[in-house]
Amino acid sequence: MKISAKEVEYVAHLARLAITEEEKEKFTAQLNDILLYIDQLNELNTDGVEPTSHAISVTNAFREDKILDSIGTQASLANAPDARGDFFRVPKVID
Amino acid sequence: MELYQFTIHELQDKIKNGDVTATQITASVFSRIEAVEDRVHAYIRLMKDDAFAAAARADADIKQGRLKPLSGIPIALKDIVCTRGVATTCGSHILHNFVPPYNATVVEKLLEAGAIFVGKANMDEFAMGSSTETSYFGPTRNPWDLERIPGGSSGGSAAAVAADECIASIGSDTGGSIRQPAALCGVVGMKPTYGRVSRFGLIAFASSLDQIGPFTKDVEDCAVMMNVLAGYDPRESTSVNADVPDYRQFLGRDIRGWKIGIPREYVVEGIDPEISASLKNAMAVMENAGAKCVDVSLPHTPYCVATYYIIAPAEASSNLARYDGVRYGFRAPETRELLDMYQKTRMQGFGAEVKRRIMIGTYALSAGYYDAYYKKASQVRTLIRKDFEEAFRQCDVLMTPTTPTPAFKIGEKTDDPLQMYLSDIFTISANLAGIPGISVPGGFTQGGLPIGIQFLGGPFEEGKLIQIASAFEKNANLEKRRPAL
Repeated sequence: MKISAKEVEYVAHLARLAITEEEKEKFTAQLNDILLYIDQLNELNTDGVEPTSHAISVTNAFREDKILDSIGTQASLANAPDARGDFFRVPKVID
Repeated sequence: MELYQFTIHELQDKIKNGDVTATQITASVFSRIEAVEDRVHAYIRLMKDDAFAAAARADADIKQGRLKPLSGIPIALKDIVCTRGVATTCGSHILHNFVPPYNATVVEKLLEAGAIFVGKANMDEFAMGSSTETSYFGPTRNPWDLERIPGGSSGGSAAAVAADECIASIGSDTGGSIRQPAALCGVVGMKPTYGRVSRFGLIAFASSLDQIGPFTKDVEDCAVMMNVLAGYDPRESTSVNADVPDYRQFLGRDIRGWKIGIPREYVVEGIDPEISASLKNAMAVMENAGAKCVDVSLPHTPYCVATYYIIAPAEASSNLARYDGVRYGFRAPETRELLDMYQKTRMQGFGAEVKRRIMIGTYALSAGYYDAYYKKASQVRTLIRKDFEEAFRQCDVLMTPTTPTPAFKIGEKTDDPLQMYLSDIFTISANLAGIPGISVPGGFTQGGLPIGIQFLGGPFEEGKLIQIASAFEKNANLEKRRPAL
């Protein structure tokens, strides 16, 4: 086993996903299959190989530090499930 | 012939000659949609009123002698590119009510070129899938066989072009999501070089792999679309500031003396015999046109899918962290406190495939596993990239099948994610290497399903791809067929 049901539960917590018992079972089996498949990468010796993060490298995409138009508060809030005044509302964070 | 059946360049000629108006073309496309859309389901949302208003504006422009590159051309947009004031769902419940406050750069460019937007095309949820079955809004069907998938993730965009429900369309390609559905639906699809087309306003899946590109009915239209889409965008930090040629100049040019590499690792066991036969046929066509097919090796090909299924989910798990029910989209009702709200929103908002990939990615990036998975995959990615660099020293372009099999049946692979992932085996490498690729129709199976031929080129060699694809299209002399809808 590459990953246990308990680890699946932990990873789901890290990803902020509530999962059902049924999903936990299914994901454990499927993630095991996928991770076993991925194991074949270990056949390759990659000692000293530079990792590629972007295939076509662009560095320091700077622009002049000038204030440009932005979409504004009301447009930013327009899609919010719950907004009041100039703020996004969320359920309470601390008891 | 009906107007909806023509290509961009044919319709533009008709407009130029005063034979048709943008409004007539738009009406023709919407009459086609009315006739076939309930069977194909290429669209999540139609933009009929906007389309006719845009057509009226185009006609006014044309009357004053202002014919733009896409004046009067009805185009579908994959529902992953943001359209101001028009819901953009990414095929997901979590964004089902999201109305972007801005347009993607490609949307701005298409508008400026005179395009008419028909609607937002269906797709796998967050572009994660190879069949368009993971869409929250239900699957799209392949116009050539309604029991089969159109490919994915841009399945709606490909099916809309194949079914004549638009003249051309926009898709995005992270591991083959333009080329694979183009092949399975019998149309032309191009994934440009990473950085060639701005992704500003493209909803992110895997940021080091995602790229926007066109679906068209022929190679000439692909060149027309690329002329509009390509170019530097200061709003997109991975956009590359390189010259953009006029892609039309590459059409119909001679390819005599070109070396076409056939990667031996792509002619593998398990590939459908009719697909192998179509590649053999394509090699004969190219040899007849004066090119030479040479054997090349991309030795790390067997590791592409494994590499991709670490890198793409890792980046996705990070990109999709933003869907938390706070600023936009769906929020789960009746939650106790903030953490509970996050977890329930994401549980109810995402479908199974998206959750699966978030889980793989989160696991691969979690403490203790990063080196074993993400770092390892990024190193193998370097080896894959170098394979291509080496191959392009020996040939001008590469030619491969686009897919290992023709379109499979709806439901055939939904219970086996790994089998689904393997359907992208020939397309994933181009995204990992950042290079451009094009899929062009290469004939049909005996059962009447389209087969695609893929050409791959070095970075920023889209022109070369258009040249070779146009030579193939001209010399293959394939029978013109339309799906019997």
